[in-house]
Amino acid sequence: MVSRTSFRAGLAGFALLLLTLFAASSVRAADDDALRTLLTQLREADFTEKEALIETLVGMDHPRIAAILGALPESRLYYQEEGDRMVIAQSDDTEIAIEDAITGQPLGQVVKRDLDRIRVNNRLRSLIEDRLASLGLSSADPGKRRAAVDAFLRNPKPESVARLKARLEVEPDKKIQELLAAALALVDLASPEATVRAGAAKALGGWTQAEIRGPLLRVAAEDSDVTVREAAKTALAKTEFRLQMLGWAETLFFGLSLGSVLILAAIGLAVTFGVMGVINMAHGELMMLGAYTTWLTQQYLPVNWSLPVAVPLAFLATALVGIAIERGIIRFLYGRPLETLLATFGISLILQQAVRSIFSPLNRSVATPDWMSGTILLGPLEVTLNRLVIIGFCIAVFALLWLALQRTRLGLEVRAVAQNRAMARAMGVRSARVDALTFGLGSGIAGVAGVALSQLTNVGPNLGQNYIVDSFMVVVFGGVGNLWGTLVAGLSLGVANKVLEPWSGAVLAKILVLVFLILFIQKRPRGLFPQRGRAAEV
Amino acid sequence: MRVPPWLLSDRAGLVLLAVLAVLGIGVPALNLLTPPDHPLHLTAYTVTLLGKYLCYALLAVSIDLVWGYMGILSLGHAAFFALGGYCFGMYLMRQIGTRGVYGDPVLPDFMVFLNWKELPWYWHGFDSFGFAALMVLVAPGLLAFVFGWFAFRSRVSGVYLSIITQALTYALMLAFFRNEMGFGGNNGLTDFKDVLGVPLHDDGTRVVLFVLSALTLAGGYLLCRWLVSTRMGRVLVAIRDSEDRARFLGYRVEQVKVLVFALSAMLAGVAGALYVPQVGIINPGEFAPLNSIEAVIWVAVGGRGTLIGAVIGAVLVNYAKTWLTGALPEVWLFALGGLFVAVTVLLPYGLIGLLRRKEKAA
Amino acid sequence: MSEWVSELDAAGLHTPVGPVDATHGILLYLEDVSVSFDGFKAIDKLSLYIGDGELRCIIGPNGAGKTTMMDIITGKTKPNSGRVFFGQTIDLLKLDEPAIARIGIGRKFQKPTVIEPLTVLENLELAMSGAKRLRGLLSTRLSGEERDRIGAVLERIGLSEHGGRRAGILAHGQKQWLEIGMLLMQEPRLLLVDEPVAGMTPAEMERTAELLRSLAGAHSVVVVEHDMGFVRSIADRVTVLHQGRVLAEGRLEELQVDPMVIEVYLGAGDAYH
Repeated sequence: MVSRTSFRAGLAGFALLLLTLFAASSVRAADDDALRTLLTQLREADFTEKEALIETLVGMDHPRIAAILGALPESRLYYQEEGDRMVIAQSDDTEIAIEDAITGQPLGQVVKRDLDRIRVNNRLRSLIEDRLASLGLSSADPGKRRAAVDAFLRNPKPESVARLKARLEVEPDKKIQELLAAALALVDLASPEATVRAGAAKALGGWTQAEIRGPLLRVAAEDSDVTVREAAKTALAKTEFRLQMLGWAETLFFGLSLGSVLILAAIGLAVTFGVMGVINMAHGELMMLGAYTTWLTQQYLPVNWSLPVAVPLAFLATALVGIAIERGIIRFLYGRPLETLLATFGISLILQQAVRSIFSPLNRSVATPDWMSGTILLGPLEVTLNRLVIIGFCIAVFALLWLALQRTRLGLEVRAVAQNRAMARAMGVRSARVDALTFGLGSGIAGVAGVALSQLTNVGPNLGQNYIVDSFMVVVFGGVGNLWGTLVAGLSLGVANKVLEPWSGAVLAKILVLVFLILFIQKRPRGLFPQRGRAAEV
Repeated sequence: MRVPPWLLSDRAGLVLLAVLAVLGIGVPALNLLTPPDHPLHLTAYTVTLLGKYLCYALLAVSIDLVWGYMGILSLGHAAFFALGGYCFGMYLMRQIGTRGVYGDPVLPDFMVFLNWKELPWYWHGFDSFGFAALMVLVAPGLLAFVFGWFAFRSRVSGVYLSIITQALTYALMLAFFRNEMGFGGNNGLTDFKDVLGVPLHDDGTRVVLFVLSALTLAGGYLLCRWLVSTRMGRVLVAIRDSEDRARFLGYRVEQVKVLVFALSAMLAGVAGALYVPQVGIINPGEFAPLNSIEAVIWVAVGGRGTLIGAVIGAVLVNYAKTWLTGALPEVWLFALGGLFVAVTVLLPYGLIGLLRRKEKAA
Repeated sequence: MSEWVSELDAAGLHTPVGPVDATHGILLYLEDVSVSFDGFKAIDKLSLYIGDGELRCIIGPNGAGKTTMMDIITGKTKPNSGRVFFGQTIDLLKLDEPAIARIGIGRKFQKPTVIEPLTVLENLELAMSGAKRLRGLLSTRLSGEERDRIGAVLERIGLSEHGGRRAGILAHGQKQWLEIGMLLMQEPRLLLVDEPVAGMTPAEMERTAELLRSLAGAHSVVVVEHDMGFVRSIADRVTVLHQGRVLAEGRLEELQVDPMVIEVYLGAGDAYH
C-alpha cells in the first residue's frame, strides 16, 4: 500500500531517466562544451558578472545545473589546476572527495590546498537559492517540486510568493497543489488585514508540520484580532485531532509490527506445540540459528541479495536441526511432556553455547539491505521500511504455512495425526515420518523467523531467550492447535504492548501483558479459540 | 527420644541426617580450630561454598515435594527462593545504617542515589530481624498461595502450569530490574555489613550460617519426609498419578495442591534467606527462568519423588558447576545441556533410580 | 479467605447437605437432562430413575451418552438443563466432584484407575471415608477400627493375600477389583461402574459378577457394560441408551426381542454378541 504519489514519483523519475539517456547521446557533447565555457567565465568573473552568468546557467538545459548551483553557495565548487577542470567537493575537510562538475564522474580524494575555490558573496547566495527554488518548482519530478515547497515552508521569502502563485495555477499534482496553497496561506498569516489572516489560519488547520503549526500557535496566542485568534484556535484543534489520529495510527503500526514479530516467533511453536503437543524450549535457539544463517549469508553475498537467499537457507538449516532433535531425542519422550520440556531446554543451552564457541559470545552485526532501509509514506504516516517488510513477510509466512497444512498431503497427514494418532496410523499414515517432518516444519519456520529478527535486533547467542516466554504466551493465549488463534493473539498482544508503552514504559507494559496473560490462562485455560471435542481432552 | 517409624524406615534419610551432623560439626571445627596452613584447614570461602550448596539442596527438596510427589513441574521456584532472599536482604540493608556510602541512617544507598526522600511503605519493619524472618515465609508463601489459588482452581495443569510459572518468574525478574520498584534495580541489594549486630564477614558468622543451613536443610527434609509418609503423602501421589481418581474419591485436589505448593514456596524462601547472607548479594538475576529450570534438573539428576535424590542432585550438579566454570568455563553449558537430555532420556528416575535398580538386580 | 476456610470445613465428613433421603424407594433422579458440546447433543432430555438397592445395567452403542451421563451424575460435567437429585433432597448440580463423592456416590472409571506406586492397602486407605479432613490426613497411623474396615473390604474383593503388594504389579482383573474395593471404602450409597469386565478372563468375569450382585441391596449399583453375557448374568433391569435418551427399559429378555432395540443396537453388528 505504498502511497500513490510516491509511486507516481518513481514512475516519473524513471521516465526522466530514460529521456535523459536518449537525449544525452547526441546533444550531450555540445552541451558539455557550452557549460564548460560558462564555468570558465564564472571562475574569472567578478561578483556583478557572476550574477549575470548565474542567470544564464539557470536558463541552460543541462542535467548538472542543479548540482553545480547547489554546490556554489556552499563554497564546494572548485577549479582543479591539475586537470584544468571544475570539480564539486563532497565536504569541506582538508582532504576531500571530488567529482567532475560537468560529468559528475568521481575523481577520488584530493588535498583541498590543490584546489581553487569559486567565491560567492551573500547576495549571490540568496540569488542562487531563489533560482534553485524556482528550478525545483518547475521540475518535472514531483518529489523535487514538493521539496522546493518544503524549503519555502522552512524559510518563507516574500519574493518567492509570486512564483508559488504562478506554480499553483499550473500544478497538476493535487497533493502539491494543497501544499502550495498552505505555503501561500502561511504567508497570508502575516498579512495586515485581519480577514486575510483569519482566512489563512482557517486554511492551515490540519497541517501538522512544525513550520505551519508553530506560526499558527503564535497567532492563536498573540494576534491582536479576536476573530483571527479564534480561527487559529479552531484550525489548531483540527491539527491536534489529526496529530492524535496520526499518533494512534503510529501506535497501531508499531503494534502490528511487534505483533508480526511475535507471530513469526510463535507460529513455529504453534506447529510443534499445537499440532504435536511437544514443548520445544529450544525454539528460540532455532530462531537464533536462523539469524546466524543470515549473518553467514552476508559474509559471502552482497547485502542486497542476502535476505532472499538466507530465507530458504535458514529454513533448511533449522529444519534439519529440528529433524535431528526430533529423531535423536524427542521421539523417545512422547507422552511425557514435562520431560520433553526439560530435554529441549537442555538442547537450547547446548545450541547457545555452540554458537558462543563457534562464532563468538559477542553480537554479530547483520546489515540491512538498501531496499529495506529508510522510511516510506503510508498515506500520511511515515513508517520505517524494514518494519513494513517484516509485516508483509509475516503475512506471507502465515499464508504459506496455512496453505501447506490445508492443501498438501503432508498437511493432511499432520492434521490427521494431531487429531487422532492411533486412527491415523490405522489408516496407513506413517506417524513417525509425519512427526519428524512436522517438527522440521515448525523448526524451519523458527529459522525463517530468525532471518526477520536479524533485521530488528542484535544477533547474538541470547537472541532466542528473549522470545521464548513471549512466544509460548502467544500460542497459549491463542489456543493451542489453532493457527488463527496464534495470529489474533500475536497481533492483539503486540498492539496491547504498544498501546500501554507510552503510558507505562516499555518494561512495565511487558509485565502488565504477562500478568494479564497469567490471569487470562487461569480464566480460560484453553486460550481464545480452544480446540473442542474429545481429542482436546488429552 | 524415640525415633518415629516413618523416619526409622527411611534409611537414606538417616544417612543424610548423619552426614549433615558430621558436616555441621566437622566443617566448623576444620575452619576454626586448624591453623590456616594446616592441610585439613577449610577456608572461609569453602565454608561459604558448602553453605551455598546446602541452600540449593533445600530449594531442590522444595521442588521435589511439588514435582516428585504432586506432579506439578514448577519452572518458577527460583522466584520464591529469590523473594525469600530479598526479604532477608532488606533486613541486611537496614542493618547497614549510617555506614553506607551516603551515610543516610534510614535510606539504603540506592534510594539516596535515586533521590528518594523517604522509605517506601513496604520497607518498613524490615529493620526488625523477627519481622524479616516472618516475611521470608510470608512473602513467597503468599505469592504461591494466590498464584496457586487461581491456577489450580481453574485446573491449569501440566505443561500449561509450567509455562505460566515460568512467565511468573520472568515477569518478576523484569519488575525487579526496574529502579522504581525500590529493590535496588539492576544491582539488587548488597554491601551488607552485619547480621544481628555481628559482622557478616567474620569467620565465626560464616560458620554459624553454615551450621544453620545444615540444620535448616535437615529440618526441611524431615518436614517433607514426614508429610509424604502421612496419608497426605498418599493423596499427593494419587493427585500426581490420577487427579480425577483423587477427586472422585472425595479429595479437594485444588486445596491440597495450593497448600503444599505454598508450603514448598516457603521452604524455597527460607533457602533463599539463608543463601543471601552467605553470598552477600541478591539481584534480579536470581529470578531468571534459567535458575528455576536449573534447580529442576538437580532434582531430576538425583531422582525425583525421593527427597534424598533432590539433595544429592543439588550438591553434585553444583559441585560440577563450581569445578567446570572454574576449569573449563565454555564446557559448562554443554555439560548442563547434555545433563538435561541424558537424564530425561536415559535416567528418568535419576541416580536414586539407578541405585535402586542395581540393588534389585543384585 | 473465610470462604476458603468454610470450604475446607465442607471438605470434612460432615457435609452440609444432610443425609440421603430415599424414602420413596428411589435413590437417583435424572429428569429432562440435556447437555450439548458444540451443538452436538450428547444427552437429550434424558430421564432415568435408579431405585434404592437396585442393580441396573446400562447398555447402548458408542456415543449413546453413557459416559457423559456418569460425568453429569458425578459432577464432572454440568448439564445445560434438567434436574439431578440424590434422594429427595440433595441437588447434585449444586455440588462439585469431591462433595458428590463424599455424600456417597462412588465411580469406577472405564480404564482401571488405581494408584500404582502405592500398595493395595494404601490404595484402600486413601479411599477410606472419614480420613479426608486435614487432621486425618496428617496422621501416619491407622486406628484398629480402620484396620478392620480395610481388612473386610480386602476379603470382599479377594485380595487379602495381596495387601502389601504394589497396585501397579497386580493383574488387570485384580486392579479392577481393587478399584471397586476403593469405592467400597468410601461407603457409598450409589456405585457407578464403567465397563468392569473389559479385558477379563471368563473366570474373572464370573467373580466380578458375584461381587457386584453381592453389593446390590446394601448399595445401588449402576453398571455400564458392552458384554451382553455379563449383563445377562447380573442385571434385573436394563436401560438402553441411544442418542442421548432412553430408548427402552426392562428385562434383558424383553429388550432382546424389541425390534427398535435390535435395530439401533443389537443389530448394529457382530461387535455386541
